[in-house]
Amino acid sequence: MSPSAYVVLSVILFAIGGVGVLVRRNAIIVFMCIELMLNACNLAFVAFSRMHGNLDGQVIAFFVMVVAAAEVVVGLAILMTIFRTRRSTSVDDASLLKN
Amino acid sequence: MSHVLASAGTTAAATSQSVIFWLLAVVSVGSAVGMVLARRAVHCALFLAAIMLSLAVYYAMQSAPFLAFVQVIVYTGAVLMLFLFVMMLIGVSSRDSLVETIRGQRLAAAIAGIALVVLLILGIGHAALGPATQSVANGGAGNVTGLATLIFTTYVFPFEVTSALLITAALGAMVLAHRERTSPKLTQRELSQQRVASGRPTPLPSPGVFALHNAVDLPALLPDGSPSELSVSSMLARRELGDDGTPALPPAPDEPEFDNPSGRADGSADENAEAADHAEPAGVSTQGGTDS
Repeated sequence: MSPSAYVVLSVILFAIGGVGVLVRRNAIIVFMCIELMLNACNLAFVAFSRMHGNLDGQVIAFFVMVVAAAEVVVGLAILMTIFRTRRSTSVDDASLLKN
Repeated sequence: MSHVLASAGTTAAATSQSVIFWLLAVVSVGSAVGMVLARRAVHCALFLAAIMLSLAVYYAMQSAPFLAFVQVIVYTGAVLMLFLFVMMLIGVSSRDSLVETIRGQRLAAAIAGIALVVLLILGIGHAALGPATQSVANGGAGNVTGLATLIFTTYVFPFEVTSALLITAALGAMVLAHRERTSPKLTQRELSQQRVASGRPTPLPSPGVFALHNAVDLPALLPDGSPSELSVSSMLARRELGDDGTPALPPAPDEPEFDNPSGRADGSADENAEAADHAEPAGVSTQGGTDS
C-alpha cells in the first residue's frame, strides 16, 4: 500500500476523533476521542517515515505515545478528583467559571 | 478503491497487504464511528481497543515492528486498562445524556468533521506523496537498533525531557488522587469491637440456593423458604434492575418471588441464615474452599 492511503486513513480517524470531542459529554469518552486523534497522528507519522525512508517519524511517534501516556495519567486523576467533588463526569456540569 | 486495489495487486505480497489494509480500514473507521455513537463508556473503550489493535497491525505492516509492540503493550495494555479502571471507579453504568445542550451542535460538529476531512485530503492530494522507501531505513541494523541509535544520539535531549515529564506526571497523579484522611484510622481492636457491637459478628450469609444453584446473584434460601436478601451483594442486586427493568435471571419454579420482601424478624432470620449457611453441603462448600 502506498503511504498516501495510510495518511488518508489517519485523516479520517483524526476527524472522527475530533467530532467525538465536540459531540460527547462524558469526560472519559472525550479523553478516549483525544487518544484516537493522537493515534491517528501516529499512523500518519509512521506512514511518512516509511515514505521518506528514515526512522525519524517512528521516533516522533514513540514520543507521542509517551506524552499521551503521561497525559492520560494526569487527566484521569483530574477526572477522578472532579468526580469525587461533583459526583459527575459530564463536561456540562463543570461550569463554575461561566458567570 | 478499485484502482488502488488494482495498482497494488501486482505481487502476492502487495495483494495480501492491501487486503489487510482495507479490512482493517473498515474495522478501524467503523469502530471509530461506533466509539462516537456508543452511549455506554465501556463500549467506547472496547471500540477504542479495536482501533488500537488494528493500528498496531498497520505499524507492523509498515515495517515498524517496535512501534507495533509498543502500541499493543502501552496503549492497549496500559492506557486502555487505566481508562477501564477509572471507569469502574467512577461508575460503569453511567450513561451519556442524549439531550443536546447547544442547539444544532451535533450537526455543526459533523459538518466541521467532514470539512476537516475534505480540507486535509485535498491538501494531501496536492502534496503528491511519494512511494514507500522503507527498505533504506530498515536495512542493515534493523528497526529496533536504528530507533535506539536515533533516540540516544539525535533525540537524546527530548528523551531526557521525557523522563522529567513522566516523573512529573506520576507525581501529579499521586497528588491529585491523594485524599486527606479526615478521621483517625481505626485499629484492629476498634474494628472488632465495632463488629461485635453492631449485632452481627459473623460474616453475611453466602449466596446460592441450597442444593440448586450456587450463582452469586441468587439469594440463599432460609429454612422457611424465604430468600435472604443479605446474601446477595448490593451491587448485584442493583444491577438486576438494570437496563430493561427485568431481573437478569427468572426465578426457578419452586422458589418464591424475589421481589416481595420477606417480612421476617431480624434476629431470628439472621440466625436461620447462619444455620443454613453452616448446613450447606458439597456444592457451596467447595466454593467456600476456593475462597479461603
